[in-house]
Amino acid sequence: MDLQLDIGLMNHTKDNSSSQILPDYVDVAIIGAGPAGLSAGIYAQRKGLKTIVIGNSTGGQVNDTSTVENYPGFSSLSGESLAHKFYDHAISLDIPVIKETKVVDINVQNKVKLVKMDNGNSIRAKAIIIATGSNHRILGVKGEDRLAGRGVAYCAICDGPLFQGREVIVAGGGNAAVEAAIDLSKIAKKVSIVHRSIFRADQILIDHMKKLQNIDVYLKTQILEVLGENRVTGVRVKSKNTKVEQIIQAEGVFVEVGYTPNSSLVRDIVEINGRGEIKIDSKMQTSVPGIFAAGDVVEGPYKQIVIAAGDGAKAALSANEYINHLSNEEELNNEIA
Amino acid sequence: MKLLNEEVRAQLQQVFENMKTDVTIALFTKESECETCKETDSFLNELIETSDKLHLKHYDLDENEDIAEKFQVNVVPAIVLLNHQEEYQRIKFNGIPAGHEINSFVKGILEVSGAGVPLPEAVAERLSAITKPVNIKVFVTLGCPHCPGAVEKAHKLALMNPHVEAEMIEAQTFYDLSEKFNVSSVPKVVINDQYEFVGNQSLEVFMEEIEKTQMTVQ
Ligand SMILES: Cc1cc2nc3c(=O)[nH]c(=O)nc-3n(C[C@H](O)[C@H](O)[C@H](O)COP(=O)(O)OP(=O)(O)OC[C@H]3O[C@@H](n4cnc5c(N)ncnc54)[C@H](O)[C@@H]3O)c2cc1C
Repeated sequence: MDLQLDIGLMNHTKDNSSSQILPDYVDVAIIGAGPAGLSAGIYAQRKGLKTIVIGNSTGGQVNDTSTVENYPGFSSLSGESLAHKFYDHAISLDIPVIKETKVVDINVQNKVKLVKMDNGNSIRAKAIIIATGSNHRILGVKGEDRLAGRGVAYCAICDGPLFQGREVIVAGGGNAAVEAAIDLSKIAKKVSIVHRSIFRADQILIDHMKKLQNIDVYLKTQILEVLGENRVTGVRVKSKNTKVEQIIQAEGVFVEVGYTPNSSLVRDIVEINGRGEIKIDSKMQTSVPGIFAAGDVVEGPYKQIVIAAGDGAKAALSANEYINHLSNEEELNNEIA
Repeated sequence: MKLLNEEVRAQLQQVFENMKTDVTIALFTKESECETCKETDSFLNELIETSDKLHLKHYDLDENEDIAEKFQVNVVPAIVLLNHQEEYQRIKFNGIPAGHEINSFVKGILEVSGAGVPLPEAVAERLSAITKPVNIKVFVTLGCPHCPGAVEKAHKLALMNPHVEAEMIEAQTFYDLSEKFNVSSVPKVVINDQYEFVGNQSLEVFMEEIEKTQMTVQ
């Protein structure tokens, strides 16, 4: 059991949200407090914009990552500590970060936009940055939904310890899947990684995984069904090459098959592509002027922390430019007043 | 081995400065058959050094049967947080609240010391209608970042209603209990051993499940 203390997740010591009265309006409201949102916050605040970050979990998906080994400047650190570092940086600039709060609606009828939160509060903003990230994708096969929480799991670092000495399956072939397989191999008796095509993960991770004795690899293998009455007993798979079906026995199935963008909030407001990602121009502006987007939620192939942080920076600088150029300042100020 | 490093110690000192009243941590252990009792004890010993408002009391599950019963403790290690008058506040930690869970433990201490935050009004109103006994179990693992949130919510509900009690259960330590309640994802919340859900859900979801227990004849 790892007893290492991970204090500071909610940063009891320096908390900008509870002690602060919510401002009535801001220059830029950032929705989502993952790497993209916090990075945008840092850039916006340093530009002198009146900034607010609203998010329902600070650090975003970085919190679900055991170790990060590809963020420049840190050869290896826990996702948790990286998330803290982002948050602490934002807090050190006195950016109000409204935590554990979800934005439920935004209204962009007027030039001054209205952001509504699930706690009943709302705030007006000249510009909005959508940094709502993404969520794990489901396999979408028979049995998955029924057995979720009964052997089907979506967070390897959370649920891994519950499978000590047992056999588990990891579904997926990207970095998250290979990392999960490596982490789980330390706990489980055997790990089978099953992916419908070839690995997408970094070679360095694949090499590491291949050195481990208790990991079986099934590539070009499709999961057809998760089996089990009340608890997972295995999966039924089909090889794409041989077309042969077989059952792989396991008590746990860890689903790491990629992510779906959290774009539902703005689905009817800005343009979205077929994959559910927000369309943006080269300056991170969406199809609606004054609404910017950054991170996993935007169009683009690679979903990484450093990319999300970079996007956030761009979006904030671009929002700053937009605010500076707002054509009719006076009209806007009237709207605000 | 020291469990708290300098950095964590300094953070805890700062956090505990917000405590309004004294809090007593009652630790239940047993001489034998308890793998994590020793570490839990040394962890708490180090922790109470970070504030003079914190006090530690030791009980043996077998020898102090009456007290264990009063606080409804039946496994070890178990930690019960008592207020400044050493009264039971209906919140418990079964297993060592280390790893991520230190966050819910610290929050629990602050709450019991009078430095808590109020519940949203709508939830408080629904909670005040709860008049039959409710037990909330929250199964966690120490590596789970979403788990402390669920534990805090359960504990908060217990603190605000005398009919509700809430306990964290470290799933690895209490393997049999986890098996019994089919825990394979955490946080898993089980209410009156009957209603359950997985995940750090909203207070409304907690209330919905709690309200189900009020309708049945008990
Ligand atoms: C298991 C795992 C391992 C990974 N490993 C790595 C790695 O090693 N290296 C790497 O570079 N990347 C890794 N990634 C990917 C990386 O975590 C993401 O690319 C990155 O976190 C994206 O940042 P983001 O800010 O765009 O979104 P997110 O991190 O998803 O953050 C968005 C935040 O917005 C919140 N939110 C959503 N909707 C709302 C709303 N309506 N109101 C308020 N808040 C809202 C979400 O709750 C979330 O907290 C990993 C991901 C996972 C899941």
